Amino acid sequence: MSLLLEVHGLEASYKSTKILHGIDFCLEEGGVATLLGANGAGKTTTLRALCGMVSRKGTVKFNGTELIKMSTADITRQGIAHVPEGRGTFVRLTVEENLRLGAYTRHDKAGIADDMERVYGYFPILKQRHAQQAGLLSGGEAQMLAIGRALMLRPKMLLLDEPSFGLAPLIVRELFGILKRINREEKVGMMLVEQNASLALEFAEHVYLLETGNILISGTAVSFQEDETIRRSYLGY
Amino acid sequence: MELFLQQILTGIANGSIYACLALAIVMIYKAIDHFNFAQGEMAMFSTYGCWTLISIGVPYWVAFFVTIILSFIVGVFIERVVLCPLRNASALSHIIVFIGLLSIFNSLAGVIWGHTIKTFPSPFPDGSFRGLIGLHEVGMFFVTMIMLAGIYCFFRFTRVGMAMKAAAANPVSAGLVGIRVGWMFALGWGFSASIGAVAGMMIAPIVFLDPNMMLGILLYGFASAVVGGINNPGGAVMGGFLVGIVENLAGTYIPAIGSELKLTVALALIVSVLLFKPSGLFGKPVVTRV
Repeated sequence: MSLLLEVHGLEASYKSTKILHGIDFCLEEGGVATLLGANGAGKTTTLRALCGMVSRKGTVKFNGTELIKMSTADITRQGIAHVPEGRGTFVRLTVEENLRLGAYTRHDKAGIADDMERVYGYFPILKQRHAQQAGLLSGGEAQMLAIGRALMLRPKMLLLDEPSFGLAPLIVRELFGILKRINREEKVGMMLVEQNASLALEFAEHVYLLETGNILISGTAVSFQEDETIRRSYLGY
Repeated sequence: MELFLQQILTGIANGSIYACLALAIVMIYKAIDHFNFAQGEMAMFSTYGCWTLISIGVPYWVAFFVTIILSFIVGVFIERVVLCPLRNASALSHIIVFIGLLSIFNSLAGVIWGHTIKTFPSPFPDGSFRGLIGLHEVGMFFVTMIMLAGIYCFFRFTRVGMAMKAAAANPVSAGLVGIRVGWMFALGWGFSASIGAVAGMMIAPIVFLDPNMMLGILLYGFASAVVGGINNPGGAVMGGFLVGIVENLAGTYIPAIGSELKLTVALALIVSVLLFKPSGLFGKPVVTRV
């Protein structure tokens, strides 16, 4: 299988504080990888660096294109959809307007209408609430909307920043079930950042363990699940 | 009764100008969270531009539309050159820049066109509507109404309008769906400069053309924006009409106010709204669930 994303020596910083100290990782086409690590390890920053939201150095090859010098808006146009920490929906706009904005970079009217139906298929509750202000959705619904909006881009890769944050276990399971389906049916590659390590290990194929801006260990999810030392010392279960 | 009707109609006509300025202010406020103090001076400068075009023989309506387009370009230019580098600067830096722009435009107009008061032509015939209100005021009302309707449709129905709203509401998420946020802010400046230009060109035949012509009107604009809700474009427009009517009625029927203290009414409105209903009469606090 060929590589969708290839990252070498990625450094990122906020103002003068360096957060990432040159990390390497990759993602296969249609693959699922997860970034694990304690608070402040640089997981969210890694996703932000991929999208050009923080100042960064290194090389980021996506689908054969170098992204390191591109603006966020241009990176989006390459087919990377980022579901940000805290969901980032447009609270004053309706659910449907939010989804429509997700397809902002596209011009194929028929395709957009199809995708809208597809998103409503994955998340029927959004269809029921399509005319409501996004600010009135519950946490789970808002997360569904954030993912739905990302799908409207018809992305090749989805960046998910703690999609389980603040949600009830039942909703989390439902959400990850749908994400798995999207990954399998549409071959969308996914990079997942999660606090819930056991959940992430079940979901992903490949794992990168971050510690203070460096990748400490990487391997398959199965190897992580089987290695009790790693689990105990870094993942807390 | 006729006096009352006259004052109401004049209030609505003047209110349409305040509504334009209030809308221009709100558009920029929504994007960067600050009042643009230079809004009035930008409008004054545009009006002078139109005057120059007319005085070299360009027909009124051609000059009118050329001025709108030029103002748009200048607005975009100001955002790109002056405001863009200040994206992450503090509130104080923004305010200083606005005051700087205000005095630059004011002085520049004085240097280029002089400080003597000039008359500005009206595109509408002389005379009045049934003796109640001048035809210029009627025309002014309809021109601003057409513009406001156009802007409403732009934000309601077009892709770029939606993108501008999204960029102002949540710049980070807007970037992530592929909106070029910086350019949306620049477009916002362009629009508000154009709206101000229309207000300036429409009010100039009444207040006459001089570098300080917009100072008082901008205060009414601020009052309108605050009364209507500084975050609510529709409210700001309604606030404009309300301020226009209140100001006229107070000037006519409260002897102590008369025409000299009319501007004080605007200031009193600003203070009392901020004291008793800070989100404005038509503004509502954002509803979110946490």
